[in-house]
Amino acid sequence: MARLETGIDDSANVTKAFSFKREMLAALPSLRAFAVSLSRRHDRADDLVQETVMKAWSKQESFQPGTNMRAWLFTILRNEFYSQMRRKGRELPDPDGLFADNLASHPEQYGKMDLADFKGALDQLPDDQREAIVLIGASGFAYEEAAAIAGVAVGTIKSRVNRARMKLQELLTVSGESDYGPDGTSAPLVNRAFPGR
Amino acid sequence: MMTKDTKDPSSSPTQGFKGDASDAIGSQLKQYYKSVEQEPVPDHLLDLLEKLDQAERSGGSNGTA
Repeated sequence: MARLETGIDDSANVTKAFSFKREMLAALPSLRAFAVSLSRRHDRADDLVQETVMKAWSKQESFQPGTNMRAWLFTILRNEFYSQMRRKGRELPDPDGLFADNLASHPEQYGKMDLADFKGALDQLPDDQREAIVLIGASGFAYEEAAAIAGVAVGTIKSRVNRARMKLQELLTVSGESDYGPDGTSAPLVNRAFPGR
Repeated sequence: MMTKDTKDPSSSPTQGFKGDASDAIGSQLKQYYKSVEQEPVPDHLLDLLEKLDQAERSGGSNGTA
């Protein structure tokens, strides 16, 4: 991984840097969507992406051309997210900030209210489950790739995805069927995520 | 030695997602993700990448010129 390359002449460097930048640009929207999913907030997500871009740039020698640039960037971002969490202690989940992001929820992009509901449910998943289901179900990674990104076994990813799906199913059923009312456990969460219901 | 590129057909990412008839969750997840992907990338991120690239081109391994 951290193999240093030696003896590359300058012209080769320029060419490589150029495509490196291009590939990074191409990966940004998806990387950012992953960051929003992971951190649950746009402001944090943009910090994460910025940090990731700088880190990736500074260690581009460790990127092996021909391998998956997206997976490489996702790994850096993911590690950055968890190390920020550790650095900040467990001050998260910061309900106010999360609440604000969900309210501000960029409704023009989300279009339907359904998507804001979905984000509310997704945000309630434990980090590891949210990460797994997003990598597999939205970012388009294979289980092996997602496992490498998260640094766990393939089986672990599979079980996280399954648990995430069950939990989402449960949360969305509850919030969707308002006639029945939310159940006792999720009511406080649901009410916080969807005020005024 | 094992290569990590070995494709195991039983673990394709589409399994359990696209194949599922009742997969409202899978499609909502994709929709949600896509909606964020479609947001414009903030200028400061694009600028950052541009600056890093410029710095490397003008300086690079030859030091600042």
